[in-house]
Amino acid sequence: MSTLSRTRHPRTLRVARFSVRYRPRALAACAGALLVALLMAVLALGHGDYPIAPADVLRTLAGDGTPAEDFVVHQLRLPRVATALLVGAALALAGALFQTLVRNPLGSPDILGFTQGASTGALLVVVAGGSSQALAGGAVAGGLLTGAAIYALAWRGGVQGARLVLVGIGTAAILTGVNGYLLTRTQLMDAARAVLWLTGSLDGRGWEQARPLAVALAVLLPLVLLGCGPALRALELGDDAASGLGVRPERLRLALLGAAVLLAALAAAAAGPVNFVALTAPQLARRLTGAPGPNLAASACTGAALLVTADFAAQHLFGDRQLPVGVVTGVLGGGYLLWLLAVRRRAGHL
Amino acid sequence: MAQSESRLAGRELTLAYEKRVIAEGLSVDIPDHSFTVVVGPNACGKSTLLRALSRTLKPTAGQVLLDGQSIATLPAKQVARTLGLLPQSSIAPDGITVAELVSRGRYPHQGVLRQWSAEDERVVAGAMADTGVADLAERPVDELSGGQRQRVWIAMALAQQTPLLLLDEPTTYLDIAHQVEVLDLCARLHREQGRTLVAVLHDLNQAARYATHLIALRDGRLVAAGAPQDVVTAELVEEVFRLPCRVIPDPETGTPLVVPAANRRAAARS
Repeated sequence: MSTLSRTRHPRTLRVARFSVRYRPRALAACAGALLVALLMAVLALGHGDYPIAPADVLRTLAGDGTPAEDFVVHQLRLPRVATALLVGAALALAGALFQTLVRNPLGSPDILGFTQGASTGALLVVVAGGSSQALAGGAVAGGLLTGAAIYALAWRGGVQGARLVLVGIGTAAILTGVNGYLLTRTQLMDAARAVLWLTGSLDGRGWEQARPLAVALAVLLPLVLLGCGPALRALELGDDAASGLGVRPERLRLALLGAAVLLAALAAAAAGPVNFVALTAPQLARRLTGAPGPNLAASACTGAALLVTADFAAQHLFGDRQLPVGVVTGVLGGGYLLWLLAVRRRAGHL
Repeated sequence: MAQSESRLAGRELTLAYEKRVIAEGLSVDIPDHSFTVVVGPNACGKSTLLRALSRTLKPTAGQVLLDGQSIATLPAKQVARTLGLLPQSSIAPDGITVAELVSRGRYPHQGVLRQWSAEDERVVAGAMADTGVADLAERPVDELSGGQRQRVWIAMALAQQTPLLLLDEPTTYLDIAHQVEVLDLCARLHREQGRTLVAVLHDLNQAARYATHLIALRDGRLVAAGAPQDVVTAELVEEVFRLPCRVIPDPETGTPLVVPAANRRAAARS
């Protein structure tokens, strides 16, 4: 037990004037989640109407596949798997940021209204009869606009966590109503397409969905993790303590909320509103690392593993009938939430 | 207004929360190497003044000067290497240990490529030793008593290694033994490490005993400033707190001790 708990404590690596701090257990958690994500990705790439053994999948990825394998892996399955990994990582990172900023495990884009805003944007495009690209654009615009509106409405000489949560929940309720109304205004064919989009699905996802997310993650991940991670840990101590430590709380909060809203909106544009990943992954990551703090990197890795696994289950565990991934994450995430509430209530926290 | 001699000073400050004005045209000087205590009745603006001095609250007018420069124009991290703050309420993240919390005080000295230097290690160990929490290093903060927790937060502020340290009501919510313990600790930090301390205290007698410099406020105005012996008189206490009283020498230290009058209505008439 003591060796296990010792791995929670930070270690330091020093070279000349430079130093890096890390926790062995948190590193192991990241590596483990990443490994699960990649294993599931290889499994998913091999599974389907044209089965390919994992070893052949790896060979194909390395560029040595037969033309058939090459087509199935690179053209048919890889875009979907890549989208799943990226959407999972983006949602989990957004969730970890929201949860830390509002100091509430329920702080998640699908509860605070950002995801509903993305849906409203997408539905408006459906009603107007727009293309899939326009639909993705509508989702991003809807998410960002909702983010700006919630921030403005929650502003009162600064934005406090509880106020942001309440404003967000109110906004989510309004937008859910608006989305229901918009659904009644669509043609029957469009309504079916809209409902599928609204459950969150990775069906038929191509590189054009994966690419914007990949770019956003490549830019935001290092910026948020290295640039804002330490300041975010200071902000956890409260605004006054943070400003005493040399952080400007409002500026940092705005920057990180902006990053989180952008990630959530792009994720929604790529896969629709996939529920509960943003809520569950950071909580799971925390329990894996056993470390206090936002656990941003571990959350992103856990989110990627979670979504690629959920999508695999949605595709293959229910026989011929494929489910949208949002159904699986909804059931898993909802169950997890109830479990969390039950455990926490017994521990006297809620 | 003459350029001030002290490192930290407030000049013609107007302090307000949204529309509610707390103080107007308030100027204070914090003498270098003093243990300054700000006193005054509830809602007189003492904590607000401290928040402005620590740049947690932006003055609507006037400026706070740190080493002669307006604190609002200086980079936040640079200020945090000169001026530390123990806020009235802080939040210890779930499950954080004492050592980790104290380590977070090193933030203004760190960077992406300098996450944990040997110096950080040494300073954090020193801060925990100075506040007597070294034995608690691996304990979760949420398991500690109120007095221990306050010492941990003070240790975090010390780890920041600032020549100036502001403490906003460091004794609130503590019983009298822990209040004295925290004040003794502050006095020792002031005496032995030569730090300039500024604290907001409710208890006038504690303020008179520990402070080397007192600032008395009422309704956002500076009523008096100076050594406790000069400031704490029966007239001034009555003016500031509206409390008829006698001031006698503290039998332990000889510092002024305020004893409220027994029959205050009679005392007020006389």
